[in-house]
Amino acid sequence: MRAFSYEKPADPAAAAARAAEVEGAKFLAGGTNLLDLMKLEIETPLHVIDVNGLGLDEISETEEGGLRVGTLVTNTALSADSRIRRDYPLLTRAIAAGATGQLRNKATTGGNLLQRTRCPYFYDTNMPCNKRAPGSGCGALTEGAFSRQLGVIGTSDACIATHPSDMAVAMRALDAVVETVTPAGMTREIPLEEFHLLPGDTPEDETALMPGELITHVRLPAPVGGTQEYHKVRDRASYAFALVSVALVRQADGSGRVALGGVAPKPWRSDAADAELPNGASAVMSVLLDGARPTEENAFKITLAERTLAAMLKEA
Amino acid sequence: MEFNQPVDSNLFDDAKVVGKPMQRIDGPLKVTGTAPYAYERNDAAPDALYGYPLGAAIGHGRITRMDAEAARSAPGVRAVVTTLEVDPLEKGMNNVARLFGGDEVQHYHQAIAVIVADTFEQARAASAMIEVDYEEGTPADLDLDAAFERVQGTGEPDTLVGDVGAAFRDAAQVIDQMYHTPGESHTMMEPHSSTVDWSDGENMTVWTSNQMINWNHQSIATTFGIDQDRIRVESPYVGGGFGAKLWLRADAVLAALGSRAAGVPVKLALPRPMVMNNTTHRSATVQRIRLAANADGHLTGIWHEAAAYCLPGGRGENATAQTPIFYAGDSRRVKNHVVDMPLPETADMRAPGEASGLMALEIAMDEMAEALDMDPVQFRIVNDTQVDPANPDIPFSDRHFVECLERGAEAFGWSERNTTPGGQRDGDWLIGHGVAGAYRGALVLPSGARAILDGGKLIIETDMTDIGTGSYTILAQTAAETMGMDVADVEMRMANSAYPVSSGSGGQFGAPSSTSGVYAACMALREKIAGNLGIDEASFNGGRVTGGDTDMALSEINEEVSAEDAIQWGDFQQGYAMGTFGAHFVEVGVHAYTGETRVRRMLAVCDAGRIINPITARSQVIGGMVMGVGAALSEDMALDRGRGFFANHDMANYEVAVHADIPEQDVIFLDTLDGVATPLKAKGVGELGLCGVAAAIANGVYNATGVRVRDYPLTMDKFIDRLPAI
Repeated sequence: MRAFSYEKPADPAAAAARAAEVEGAKFLAGGTNLLDLMKLEIETPLHVIDVNGLGLDEISETEEGGLRVGTLVTNTALSADSRIRRDYPLLTRAIAAGATGQLRNKATTGGNLLQRTRCPYFYDTNMPCNKRAPGSGCGALTEGAFSRQLGVIGTSDACIATHPSDMAVAMRALDAVVETVTPAGMTREIPLEEFHLLPGDTPEDETALMPGELITHVRLPAPVGGTQEYHKVRDRASYAFALVSVALVRQADGSGRVALGGVAPKPWRSDAADAELPNGASAVMSVLLDGARPTEENAFKITLAERTLAAMLKEA
Repeated sequence: MEFNQPVDSNLFDDAKVVGKPMQRIDGPLKVTGTAPYAYERNDAAPDALYGYPLGAAIGHGRITRMDAEAARSAPGVRAVVTTLEVDPLEKGMNNVARLFGGDEVQHYHQAIAVIVADTFEQARAASAMIEVDYEEGTPADLDLDAAFERVQGTGEPDTLVGDVGAAFRDAAQVIDQMYHTPGESHTMMEPHSSTVDWSDGENMTVWTSNQMINWNHQSIATTFGIDQDRIRVESPYVGGGFGAKLWLRADAVLAALGSRAAGVPVKLALPRPMVMNNTTHRSATVQRIRLAANADGHLTGIWHEAAAYCLPGGRGENATAQTPIFYAGDSRRVKNHVVDMPLPETADMRAPGEASGLMALEIAMDEMAEALDMDPVQFRIVNDTQVDPANPDIPFSDRHFVECLERGAEAFGWSERNTTPGGQRDGDWLIGHGVAGAYRGALVLPSGARAILDGGKLIIETDMTDIGTGSYTILAQTAAETMGMDVADVEMRMANSAYPVSSGSGGQFGAPSSTSGVYAACMALREKIAGNLGIDEASFNGGRVTGGDTDMALSEINEEVSAEDAIQWGDFQQGYAMGTFGAHFVEVGVHAYTGETRVRRMLAVCDAGRIINPITARSQVIGGMVMGVGAALSEDMALDRGRGFFANHDMANYEVAVHADIPEQDVIFLDTLDGVATPLKAKGVGELGLCGVAAAIANGVYNATGVRVRDYPLTMDKFIDRLPAI
C-alpha cells in the first residue's frame, strides 16, 4: 500500500469537488474492495476521501412509488429492508447470494456498483492487464492462459474481465437509476444500463462517471411485481463469484425480464431478449448471447446460462 | 525401547485414559486466542520487526538486475536483502528448488528479496519499490498429457506380477480408461510464518510454523552452513500443515537473513497470494488404469500407469502408491513416471500418492463393478486380500476392509439406494449414491521423549508437533495411562529442538510413532522409580506406585526423577504389510439443469487400530472428508501454460470447500487392534479420512446422472453437455 493523504468531507458536493480537484483522489466507503486493492497496489490513490459520514444511508420512498437507496446503505441493510423484501425480492436474493455476512455488513450500495473485476490477471501486478496498466496487454487472452471464469460477451481484444457484482445484476433487471452529484455540485441521473461501460480499447474506463463524480443514491422504479428469482451458479455453495447468474422477473402472462451476471463486463440484459421470454430459455439466450466470443475454457457458460434459465422457467 | 515383536497384552488393554473421548487440552488457549503462533511471538521476541518477501515475477529464467535503492531509503526500512547479494544457499532436506540466493529463477514467486521495516505496511510498500529485470527462460512444454504419451510403456515397472497380457486377453470384462487429477494446494489456514532472532549473526532462535522440528533444525543448519548447536527451533502451535510445512521454507530463511541484516529479531509470514507458487503443492497426475476380471468378479489383472511432474530432482506425486497392495488380483503391472517441468515445487500433501491414486482407482473399480453387473460394495469385498498380493508370504498385520464396507453399507442404507443411473430425483436435483474404498499405509518412525516426575507432576518433553491434530492431548493421555496418573497431572512440553527428537507430524505416522515414544520414555521412568525404591515388580495406578512393601503416592517422591527413551522399530515389521483401511459412502445431488453438485450425506468407516482419542480422531477424519469434497468438486490449481505459473493463487480463486458445502458427516471407527503396528496397537488415521472420498463423490455423480466423469474436479463444464435430458 502506498502512502496517501486522507480527508473526511462534510457534504456530498464538497466531496465531489475535492475528488476532482486533488490529484489521484479516490472515494472510500465500505472499503471491502478498495482496501484489498490498495494492499496489493492495484489501486494506488494518493488521496483518500472518506465518504462515510455524508449521511446517504437511508432508504426513502419516491413519489413514483419506488425507493431511493442512499449510496451508503449497506448490502445487509438493503437486502433486509422490509420494503425491498416485499416489493423487490430479486434484489434481496441477489445480495444474499454475494460475498459473506461480514462483507455485506460493510459493503455499500454505491461501492458494490463500483467494485472491480476479480480477473486473476488484474489481481497479479506481475501480469499484463490493460485494465490495471493500460497498454500492457491482456494476460487472460494469451495462449494457455486461465480464462474459465471470465467474460464471454461484451468483451474485447483488450479485456475479457467480468463485473463481479450480484446486486448490480438484480438492479439492472429492475431498471435502477444511479443518482450522482458532480464536482460542479449538479445532480445527474444515469440509468444502470448506461452506467457500466464495455471495455473496447479502453478497459480502464469502467463507468460513465466523470472524474470526481459521486454516487449519492440508487433509485428503484415502482415495483414490477411478478415472480422474482436469482439463480447464482458456482462451483462451491457459497463465497464464490458467479460462473453464471440469472436474474429473472416473470409475469403471469409469461412476459418478463432477464439479466445475466458472470458473463460480461456489466450486467447483461437486452429488451430484445426479454421479449423472447414467452418463447423459452433457448430463445432468450440466442438473442441475449448473440455475438458471444468465449474462450475454449469458458464456452460452457453459454450452455450453462441457457440451462440455468430453463431451470428457472421449469422447462422440461 | 525396541519394538521387536507383536505386542500381545499390555497395560493399554485395560486403558482408563487412552481410547477415551477427551477434549483437546490446548483447546482453551486456541479459542481464547492466546496460543502463541509463530507470527505472534510477542512473548518471546517483543521487539521483532516486520519482514516482507518479494517473489519472482516470471516462471523461470534469470535475474539480470535488481535496484533496491528506493526500497532501502523508504520510510521505516531497516534492511533489504536481495537474492543477487547472497550466494545460492545450500538446499535443506527435501528442498528441490533453492530457497534464496543467486540469479536463477526456478519457479514463479520464488523469493528474491526480503525487506525489514518498523511496520508491516512499510515493509510491504517498500517491497513494491524494488525494480527487477529478468531474462526469461525458454518456454517449456507443460502438457502432462503429452508427457504421459511420451513415457507410457517405458521404463521398468515398479511392480510386475504374473502374466498381465494373458489376464487381459482372457478376461470376461476389461476396463481401460484415462483419469486426471489437478494440482492441489494445501491451503492451510495459517500461512508459512516464522519469527527469527539471528541479530548477532551467531546463535539463531527460530519460532516457526513447522511439522518437523528435527528436519527443520537440520535444514536450517545446512542452508546457512552453521552448526546445529547454534540453532534452536520452536513450533508449539501450527495452524494446519497438510504437508506444506514438512520442510524448511522461505519464511524462516528470509526472516533469518532479515534478522542478521537488521540486527533485530524479524517476523515474516508469506502473503497468501504468494503461498501457492512460492511453496510446494501436490502435483497433477495423469493416470491410465486397466482392470481385468473374470465372470465371478475376481480381478485377474490390474495395470496402473501414471505420470506426475516435478522440478528436476524432485519426486512428484505417486498416484500408483496403493495399487500394488490394496486389492487382490493374479497379475499386476504398476509404473509411475515423474516428468521434469519448470513449475513450482511439488511435494507431499496429505496422503501423498493414495489421495490422487484412489481418486482414479476407485472410479475404475466402480466402472468394473458395473461392467460385471455387481454391487460395487460386493465387488470390493470379493477382491479383498489378507496378504500382499505380490508376496503372498507377507500377511497384512491387521486388515478389516471387508468389515468397513459391510458396516458402512448397513449404516448408510446402501441396499435401499436406486441402482439405475439417473433414476432418482428430488425436485431439480438428481440424487446419487457412491462408495469408495480407502487405503493408506501405516508408516511409523523412531520417536523419542523425556519423562520427568517432579513433585507428583509428570512432565513430558518431546519435539513432537501438534498441527491441529490433537498431539498434546493424545500424548498426555498416553503418558497418564502408562504412569497410572491423571491427565490433569501431566504437563506437555513439545515442539522444541531442545527436547528429544520425535517422529514429527506427517504421513499419518505422528500419532502412532509419538505415542509409542512417550510410552517408551514413561516405561523407562517407571523402571527408574522402581529401581530407586528398590521394587522388583512395581505397578503404577491411581497416582501411586506399589510393589513389595512399598505403596506410596508418586507425589511423595521428593526428588525429581527423569528418564529419556525412544521407540525403535524392529525388523519383524518387514514381515507384514501394514495399512489403514476404510470405506466412504456419500449421497450427492446434481442439479439436473446446471450440473451444480452438492454433497448431501457422508459416512466414513475406518479401520486404523486402536483409536487413542475418539474426539480428536473424528476431527481428523471429518477434516479429511471436507478436503475430499474440495478435491472432488472445486480444488484445481489453474496452470497458465504459457507463463508456467498457477494463476488462481489466492483463496478467492482456489476454491476449498466452505461450510455450506459440508453436509451431515458420520464416522464409524471399527474397534480394531494392531499389535504389529505399535505398543498401543494403534495406527494413524489423519490421512485415511481423505483417501477415497473424492472417488465416492464421483461415483455418486455417476449414479445420479449416468455421466461418468474421470477428470477432477467434477465441475459442470466437464459434463453439462452430457447431462440427461430434463
